[in-house]
Amino acid sequence: MPTFVYMASCDGCGYCVDICPSDIMHIDTTYRRAYNIEPNMCWECYSCVKACPQQAIDCRGYADFAPLGHSVRVLREEEKATVSWRIKFRDGREKNFVSPIRTTPWGSIKGPAEYAPPSAAAMSSQELAHEPEALKVDVLPTLARSRLKKGLV
Amino acid sequence: MFVHNPFAALPASIPPVAKQTYVVVMFLLVVGGTLFDLAHKGSASYFFKHRRAASFGARRRVSTGEATALAVETIVVSVLAAGEFCSMLRRLTHILTMYGFVLYVVSTAIMVFAYPTAAAPGPAIVAELWYLGALLVCVGGYWFWFLQRVDVAAEGQSRFRLVRADLFIVSLLASTTFALLWAGFQGADDHTWANVFFGLYLLASTVLFASVPWSKFAHMFYKPAAAFQRRIEHANGFRGNLPAPADRPVTFGSARRQPQNY
Repeated sequence: MPTFVYMASCDGCGYCVDICPSDIMHIDTTYRRAYNIEPNMCWECYSCVKACPQQAIDCRGYADFAPLGHSVRVLREEEKATVSWRIKFRDGREKNFVSPIRTTPWGSIKGPAEYAPPSAAAMSSQELAHEPEALKVDVLPTLARSRLKKGLV
Repeated sequence: MFVHNPFAALPASIPPVAKQTYVVVMFLLVVGGTLFDLAHKGSASYFFKHRRAASFGARRRVSTGEATALAVETIVVSVLAAGEFCSMLRRLTHILTMYGFVLYVVSTAIMVFAYPTAAAPGPAIVAELWYLGALLVCVGGYWFWFLQRVDVAAEGQSRFRLVRADLFIVSLLASTTFALLWAGFQGADDHTWANVFFGLYLLASTVLFASVPWSKFAHMFYKPAAAFQRRIEHANGFRGNLPAPADRPVTFGSARRQPQNY
Protein backbone atom coordinates (compact mmCIF):
# COMPACT_ATOMS: atom_id res chain seq x y z
CA MET A 1 0.00 0.00 0.00
CA PRO A 2 1.49 3.35 -0.99
CA THR A 3 2.48 6.20 1.28
CA PHE A 4 0.15 8.99 2.28
CA VAL A 5 0.68 12.27 4.13
CA TYR A 6 -1.03 13.65 7.22
CA MET A 7 -1.58 17.19 5.99
CA ALA A 8 -1.96 18.63 9.49
CA SER A 9 1.53 17.45 10.44
CA CYS A 10 3.44 18.14 7.20
CA ASP A 11 5.30 21.45 7.19
CA GLY A 12 6.37 21.21 3.56
CA CYS A 13 10.10 20.90 4.20
CA GLY A 14 10.70 18.78 1.09
CA TYR A 15 12.85 16.04 2.68
CA CYS A 16 10.56 13.36 1.22
CA VAL A 17 10.79 14.96 -2.22
CA ASP A 18 14.57 14.80 -2.03
CA ILE A 19 14.80 11.22 -0.82
CA CYS A 20 12.09 9.41 -2.79
CA PRO A 21 13.88 6.97 -5.12
CA SER A 22 10.85 6.86 -7.41
CA ASP A 23 10.54 10.65 -7.51
CA ILE A 24 6.85 10.41 -6.74
CA MET A 25 6.74 12.53 -3.57
CA HIS A 26 5.95 16.03 -4.73
CA ILE A 27 4.64 19.31 -3.37
CA ASP A 28 0.99 20.04 -3.85
CA THR A 29 0.25 23.38 -5.54
CA THR A 30 -2.79 24.20 -3.41
CA TYR A 31 -1.48 23.83 0.13
CA ARG A 32 2.29 23.42 -0.41
CA ARG A 33 2.32 20.11 1.41
CA ALA A 34 3.86 16.84 0.28
CA TYR A 35 1.79 14.20 -1.47
CA ASN A 36 2.31 11.03 -3.41
CA ILE A 37 1.61 11.85 -7.05
CA GLU A 38 1.66 8.26 -8.31
CA PRO A 39 0.59 5.80 -5.60
CA ASN A 40 0.71 2.79 -7.93
CA MET A 41 4.41 3.45 -8.55
CA CYS A 42 5.27 3.48 -4.83
CA TRP A 43 7.18 0.41 -3.78
CA GLU A 44 6.83 1.16 -0.06
CA CYS A 45 10.54 1.52 0.59
CA TYR A 46 9.72 3.67 3.63
CA SER A 47 12.49 6.15 2.74
CA CYS A 48 10.15 9.13 3.00
CA VAL A 49 8.43 7.72 6.09
CA LYS A 50 11.77 7.53 7.90
CA ALA A 51 13.12 10.80 6.52
CA CYS A 52 10.12 12.93 7.49
CA PRO A 53 11.16 15.02 10.52
CA GLN A 54 7.50 15.57 11.47
CA GLN A 55 6.48 11.89 11.18
CA ALA A 56 3.79 13.14 8.81
CA ILE A 57 4.07 10.30 6.27
CA ASP A 58 2.49 6.94 6.82
CA CYS A 59 2.38 3.70 4.88
CA ARG A 60 0.23 0.65 5.48
CA GLY A 61 2.19 -2.54 5.86
CA TYR A 62 1.78 -5.54 3.62
CA ALA A 63 -1.16 -7.83 4.41
CA ASP A 64 1.18 -10.82 4.78
CA PHE A 65 2.52 -9.52 8.08
CA ALA A 66 -0.33 -7.36 9.31
CA PRO A 67 -3.96 -7.80 8.25
CA LEU A 68 -6.01 -4.76 7.24
CA GLY A 69 -6.95 -2.37 9.98
CA HIS A 70 -3.49 -2.22 11.46
CA SER A 71 -1.08 0.64 11.88
CA VAL A 72 2.65 0.48 11.15
CA ARG A 73 4.54 3.54 12.20
CA VAL A 74 8.20 4.33 12.13
CA LEU A 75 10.34 6.68 14.19
CA ARG A 76 13.83 7.49 13.00
CA GLU A 77 16.13 9.01 15.60
CA GLU A 78 19.24 10.29 13.93
CA GLU A 79 21.07 11.19 17.14
CA LYS A 80 20.62 7.67 18.49
CA ALA A 81 21.11 6.06 15.07
CA THR A 82 17.96 4.00 15.57
CA VAL A 83 14.76 3.23 13.72
CA SER A 84 11.84 2.13 15.90
CA TRP A 85 8.77 0.34 14.56
CA ARG A 86 5.39 -0.02 16.18
CA ILE A 87 2.86 -2.38 14.64
CA LYS A 88 -0.58 -2.09 16.11
CA PHE A 89 -2.98 -4.82 15.02
CA ARG A 90 -6.68 -4.25 14.69
CA ASP A 91 -7.38 -6.42 17.74
CA GLY A 92 -5.24 -4.10 19.85
CA ARG A 93 -2.09 -6.21 20.05
CA GLU A 94 1.17 -4.42 19.52
CA LYS A 95 4.66 -5.33 18.42
CA ASN A 96 7.54 -2.93 18.94
CA PHE A 97 10.96 -3.19 17.37
CA VAL A 98 14.08 -1.06 17.52
CA SER A 99 16.87 -1.40 14.99
CA PRO A 100 20.24 0.30 14.67
CA ILE A 101 20.71 2.33 11.51
CA ARG A 102 24.50 2.27 11.60
CA THR A 103 27.44 1.79 13.93
CA THR A 104 29.35 4.97 13.18
CA PRO A 105 28.47 8.55 14.15
CA TRP A 106 26.53 10.74 11.70
CA GLY A 107 28.86 12.74 9.50
CA SER A 108 31.85 10.56 10.30
CA ILE A 109 31.92 8.88 6.88
CA LYS A 110 33.80 10.98 4.38
CA GLY A 111 32.33 11.50 0.94
CA PRO A 112 34.32 10.43 -2.14
CA ALA A 113 35.31 14.03 -2.90
CA GLU A 114 36.93 14.39 0.52
CA TYR A 115 39.57 11.76 -0.25
CA ALA A 116 42.76 12.50 -2.13
CA PRO A 117 42.58 11.37 -5.75
CA PRO A 118 44.22 7.98 -6.32
CA SER A 119 47.72 7.83 -7.77
CA ALA A 120 48.48 6.19 -11.12
CA ALA A 121 49.95 3.20 -9.27
CA ALA A 122 46.77 2.82 -7.23
CA MET A 123 44.73 2.78 -10.42
CA SER A 124 46.58 -0.33 -11.59
CA SER A 125 46.28 -2.07 -8.22
CA GLN A 126 43.78 -4.85 -7.69
CA GLU A 127 42.68 -3.21 -4.45
CA LEU A 128 39.49 -1.19 -4.52
CA ALA A 129 39.40 2.46 -3.50
CA HIS A 130 40.58 3.08 0.07
CA GLU A 131 41.48 -0.54 0.65
CA PRO A 132 42.86 -1.78 2.93
CA GLU A 133 42.50 1.13 5.43
CA ALA A 134 38.74 1.41 4.90
CA LEU A 135 38.42 -2.22 5.97
CA LYS A 136 40.43 -1.42 9.11
CA VAL A 137 43.15 -3.97 8.31
CA ASP A 138 46.81 -3.42 7.50
CA VAL A 139 46.95 -5.75 4.54
CA LEU A 140 44.22 -7.49 2.61
CA PRO A 141 44.20 -11.20 3.42
CA THR A 142 45.65 -13.28 0.61
CA LEU A 143 46.12 -16.97 0.07
CA ALA A 144 49.73 -18.13 0.42
CA ARG A 145 50.95 -20.71 -2.06
CA SER A 146 51.78 -22.97 0.84
CA ARG A 147 48.12 -23.11 1.86
CA LEU A 148 46.84 -24.22 -1.52
CA LYS A 149 46.38 -27.86 -2.35
CA LYS A 150 49.20 -29.43 -4.22
CA GLY A 151 48.73 -29.65 -7.93
CA LEU A 152 46.67 -26.43 -8.21
CA VAL A 153 49.64 -24.23 -8.97
CA MET B 1 10.19 59.78 6.53
CA PHE B 2 9.08 56.58 8.21
CA VAL B 3 7.49 58.21 11.24
CA HIS B 4 4.26 59.71 9.94
CA ASN B 5 0.82 58.11 10.15
CA PRO B 6 -0.11 57.40 6.51
CA PHE B 7 -3.79 56.87 7.31
CA ALA B 8 -4.08 60.30 8.94
CA ALA B 9 -2.41 61.89 5.92
CA LEU B 10 -5.02 60.54 3.51
CA PRO B 11 -7.08 63.18 1.67
CA ALA B 12 -9.98 64.65 3.64
CA SER B 13 -12.33 63.23 0.99
CA ILE B 14 -11.87 59.85 2.71
CA PRO B 15 -13.60 60.29 6.06
CA PRO B 16 -12.41 58.34 9.13
CA VAL B 17 -15.60 56.28 9.13
CA ALA B 18 -14.81 55.00 5.63
CA LYS B 19 -11.37 53.79 6.74
CA GLN B 20 -12.83 52.19 9.85
CA THR B 21 -15.61 50.50 7.88
CA TYR B 22 -13.03 49.02 5.52
CA VAL B 23 -11.07 47.53 8.44
CA VAL B 24 -14.25 46.11 10.01
CA VAL B 25 -15.30 44.58 6.68
CA MET B 26 -11.85 42.98 6.30
CA PHE B 27 -12.10 41.59 9.85
CA LEU B 28 -15.54 40.13 9.11
CA LEU B 29 -14.21 38.61 5.88
CA VAL B 30 -11.46 36.85 7.83
CA VAL B 31 -13.92 35.52 10.43
CA GLY B 32 -16.44 34.46 7.78
CA GLY B 33 -13.77 32.98 5.52
CA THR B 34 -12.28 30.94 8.36
CA LEU B 35 -15.69 29.57 9.40
CA PHE B 36 -16.51 28.74 5.78
CA ASP B 37 -13.11 27.07 5.42
CA LEU B 38 -13.74 24.99 8.56
CA ALA B 39 -17.12 23.81 7.28
CA HIS B 40 -16.17 23.35 3.64
CA LYS B 41 -12.97 21.38 4.12
CA GLY B 42 -14.28 19.49 7.14
CA SER B 43 -11.07 20.22 8.99
CA ALA B 44 -12.89 20.75 12.29
CA SER B 45 -14.76 17.44 12.03
CA TYR B 46 -11.47 15.70 11.09
CA PHE B 47 -9.75 17.32 14.06
CA PHE B 48 -12.39 16.21 16.57
CA LYS B 49 -12.63 12.72 15.03
CA HIS B 50 -8.88 12.37 15.37
CA ARG B 51 -9.05 13.73 18.90
CA ARG B 52 -11.61 11.07 19.86
CA ALA B 53 -9.40 8.34 18.36
CA ALA B 54 -6.43 9.74 20.26
CA SER B 55 -8.28 9.76 23.57
CA PHE B 56 -9.45 6.18 22.89
CA GLY B 57 -5.84 5.08 22.32
CA ALA B 58 -4.47 7.00 25.32
CA ARG B 59 -2.35 5.04 27.79
CA ARG B 60 -2.67 7.48 30.62
CA ARG B 61 -4.86 10.39 31.58
CA VAL B 62 -3.45 13.90 31.23
CA SER B 63 -4.41 15.99 34.25
CA THR B 64 -5.79 19.52 33.95
CA GLY B 65 -2.59 20.98 35.36
CA GLU B 66 -0.50 19.04 32.87
CA ALA B 67 -2.77 20.11 30.01
CA THR B 68 -2.41 23.73 31.13
CA ALA B 69 1.37 23.40 31.17
CA LEU B 70 1.23 21.87 27.68
CA ALA B 71 -0.96 24.75 26.49
CA VAL B 72 1.59 27.25 27.82
CA GLU B 73 4.41 25.26 26.22
CA THR B 74 2.52 25.22 22.91
CA ILE B 75 2.06 29.00 23.00
CA VAL B 76 5.65 29.72 23.94
CA VAL B 77 7.47 27.11 21.84
CA SER B 78 5.20 26.28 18.90
CA VAL B 79 3.46 29.63 18.39
CA LEU B 80 5.72 32.42 19.67
CA ALA B 81 9.00 30.72 18.68
CA ALA B 82 7.66 28.77 15.64
CA GLY B 83 9.22 25.65 17.16
CA GLU B 84 7.47 23.20 14.85
CA PHE B 85 9.76 23.92 11.92
CA CYS B 86 12.60 21.48 11.44
CA SER B 87 14.70 23.99 9.47
CA MET B 88 16.19 26.89 11.43
CA LEU B 89 16.15 29.19 8.39
CA ARG B 90 12.48 28.50 7.71
CA ARG B 91 11.80 29.11 11.37
CA LEU B 92 13.59 32.43 11.15
CA THR B 93 11.69 33.63 8.08
CA HIS B 94 8.43 32.49 9.65
CA ILE B 95 9.18 34.42 12.84
CA LEU B 96 10.06 37.56 10.86
CA THR B 97 6.88 37.33 8.80
CA MET B 98 4.66 36.42 11.76
CA TYR B 99 5.79 39.19 14.09
CA GLY B 100 5.86 41.64 11.19
CA PHE B 101 2.28 40.76 10.27
CA VAL B 102 1.08 41.14 13.87
CA LEU B 103 2.77 44.55 14.21
CA TYR B 104 1.44 45.62 10.81
CA VAL B 105 -2.18 44.64 11.52
CA VAL B 106 -2.33 45.86 15.12
CA SER B 107 -0.70 49.22 14.36
CA THR B 108 -3.01 49.64 11.34
CA ALA B 109 -6.04 49.10 13.58
CA ILE B 110 -4.71 51.56 16.19
CA MET B 111 -3.98 54.24 13.60
CA VAL B 112 -7.29 53.82 11.77
CA PHE B 113 -9.48 53.74 14.88
CA ALA B 114 -7.60 55.98 17.30
CA TYR B 115 -5.71 58.44 15.11
CA PRO B 116 -7.49 58.65 11.73
CA THR B 117 -7.23 62.41 11.14
CA ALA B 118 -4.37 64.72 10.27
CA ALA B 119 -5.31 66.91 13.24
CA ALA B 120 -4.33 64.11 15.66
CA PRO B 121 -1.93 61.75 13.87
CA GLY B 122 -0.99 60.03 17.14
CA PRO B 123 2.38 59.13 18.63
CA ALA B 124 5.24 58.43 16.27
CA ILE B 125 5.89 55.03 17.86
CA VAL B 126 2.64 53.59 16.46
CA ALA B 127 3.53 54.65 12.93
CA GLU B 128 7.08 53.39 13.39
CA LEU B 129 5.76 49.99 14.46
CA TRP B 130 3.62 49.92 11.33
CA TYR B 131 6.65 50.57 9.11
CA LEU B 132 8.72 48.09 11.09
CA GLY B 133 6.01 45.43 10.75
CA ALA B 134 5.69 45.93 7.01
CA LEU B 135 9.47 45.81 6.66
CA LEU B 136 9.76 42.59 8.69
CA VAL B 137 7.07 40.97 6.53
CA CYS B 138 8.98 42.01 3.40
CA VAL B 139 12.31 40.65 4.68
CA GLY B 140 10.89 37.32 5.91
CA GLY B 141 8.38 36.96 3.09
CA TYR B 142 10.70 37.66 0.15
CA TRP B 143 13.41 35.52 1.74
CA PHE B 144 10.96 32.65 2.02
CA TRP B 145 9.33 33.15 -1.34
CA PHE B 146 12.48 33.44 -3.44
CA LEU B 147 14.84 31.09 -1.59
CA GLN B 148 13.05 28.75 0.78
CA ARG B 149 9.79 27.80 -0.92
CA VAL B 150 9.90 24.06 -1.16
CA ASP B 151 8.73 24.18 -4.80
CA VAL B 152 11.93 26.09 -5.54
CA ALA B 153 14.31 24.48 -3.03
CA ALA B 154 13.29 20.83 -3.42
CA GLU B 155 11.33 20.65 -6.66
CA GLY B 156 13.58 22.89 -8.75
CA GLN B 157 10.69 25.06 -9.96
CA SER B 158 11.20 28.63 -11.13
CA ARG B 159 11.35 31.24 -8.39
CA PHE B 160 8.67 33.19 -10.27
CA ARG B 161 6.16 30.37 -10.69
CA LEU B 162 2.84 31.25 -9.11
CA VAL B 163 0.44 28.60 -7.81
CA ARG B 164 -2.59 28.75 -5.53
CA ALA B 165 -0.44 27.98 -2.49
CA ASP B 166 1.25 31.36 -3.10
CA LEU B 167 -1.98 33.33 -2.76
CA PHE B 168 -1.48 34.13 0.93
CA ILE B 169 2.21 34.99 0.87
CA VAL B 170 2.04 36.94 -2.40
CA SER B 171 -1.00 38.99 -1.35
CA LEU B 172 0.62 39.65 2.03
CA LEU B 173 3.88 40.73 0.41
CA ALA B 174 2.01 42.87 -2.11
CA SER B 175 0.03 44.52 0.68
CA THR B 176 3.11 45.39 2.77
CA THR B 177 5.25 46.38 -0.22
CA PHE B 178 2.58 48.67 -1.68
CA ALA B 179 1.90 50.03 1.81
CA LEU B 180 5.56 51.03 2.20
CA LEU B 181 5.66 52.54 -1.30
CA TRP B 182 2.41 54.42 -0.71
CA ALA B 183 3.64 55.81 2.60
CA GLY B 184 7.04 56.61 1.09
CA PHE B 185 5.60 58.62 -1.80
CA GLN B 186 3.11 60.25 0.55
CA GLY B 187 5.99 61.36 2.78
CA ALA B 188 7.80 62.72 -0.28
CA ASP B 189 4.67 64.70 -1.28
CA ASP B 190 4.39 62.86 -4.60
CA HIS B 191 0.62 62.53 -4.58
CA THR B 192 0.26 60.89 -7.98
CA TRP B 193 2.39 57.88 -7.13
CA ALA B 194 1.04 57.87 -3.59
CA ASN B 195 -2.50 57.50 -4.99
CA VAL B 196 -1.40 54.75 -7.40
CA PHE B 197 0.24 52.74 -4.63
CA PHE B 198 -2.63 53.42 -2.24
CA GLY B 199 -4.99 51.84 -4.80
CA LEU B 200 -2.68 48.86 -5.20
CA TYR B 201 -2.36 48.58 -1.41
CA LEU B 202 -6.13 48.49 -1.04
CA LEU B 203 -6.42 45.88 -3.81
CA ALA B 204 -3.71 43.64 -2.32
CA SER B 205 -5.12 43.96 1.20
CA THR B 206 -8.63 43.12 -0.01
CA VAL B 207 -7.31 40.03 -1.81
CA LEU B 208 -5.36 39.05 1.33
CA PHE B 209 -8.35 39.22 3.68
CA ALA B 210 -11.09 38.17 1.26
CA SER B 211 -9.32 35.09 -0.07
CA VAL B 212 -9.23 33.19 3.24
CA PRO B 213 -11.25 30.19 1.94
CA TRP B 214 -8.78 29.71 -0.94
CA SER B 215 -5.53 30.68 0.71
CA LYS B 216 -3.43 29.53 3.67
CA PHE B 217 -4.43 32.53 5.77
CA ALA B 218 -6.38 30.42 8.28
CA HIS B 219 -3.34 28.31 9.16
CA MET B 220 -2.58 30.80 11.92
CA PHE B 221 -5.77 29.67 13.67
CA TYR B 222 -5.51 25.91 12.98
CA LYS B 223 -1.83 25.29 13.63
CA PRO B 224 -1.80 26.18 17.34
CA ALA B 225 -4.74 23.79 17.94
CA ALA B 226 -2.98 21.00 16.02
CA ALA B 227 0.29 21.64 17.91
CA PHE B 228 -1.49 21.51 21.27
CA GLN B 229 -3.26 18.28 20.32
CA ARG B 230 0.08 16.73 19.29
CA ARG B 231 1.57 17.58 22.68
CA ILE B 232 -1.45 16.08 24.45
CA GLU B 233 -1.04 12.89 22.38
CA HIS B 234 2.61 12.66 23.34
CA ALA B 235 1.73 13.16 26.98
CA ASN B 236 -1.08 10.58 27.06
CA GLY B 237 1.03 7.96 25.28
CA PHE B 238 -1.01 7.74 22.06
CA ARG B 239 1.66 9.55 19.99
CA GLY B 240 -0.33 9.03 16.79
CA ASN B 241 0.55 5.33 17.07
CA LEU B 242 4.22 6.21 16.74
CA PRO B 243 6.70 4.04 18.63
CA ALA B 244 8.23 5.40 21.79
CA PRO B 245 11.74 6.83 21.45
CA ALA B 246 14.46 4.18 21.63
CA ASP B 247 15.61 3.96 25.23
CA ARG B 248 18.46 1.45 25.20
CA PRO B 249 20.44 1.85 22.02
CA VAL B 250 23.56 0.46 23.76
CA THR B 251 22.17 -3.04 23.37
CA PHE B 252 22.73 -2.89 19.62
CA GLY B 253 25.71 -4.38 17.85
CA SER B 254 27.24 -7.80 18.03
CA ALA B 255 29.25 -9.14 20.93
CA ARG B 256 32.41 -8.86 18.87
CA ARG B 257 32.03 -5.20 17.99
CA GLN B 258 30.13 -2.75 20.16
CA PRO B 259 28.82 0.43 18.50
CA GLN B 260 30.87 3.53 19.19
CA ASN B 261 28.32 6.16 18.32
CA TYR B 262 26.51 6.78 21.62
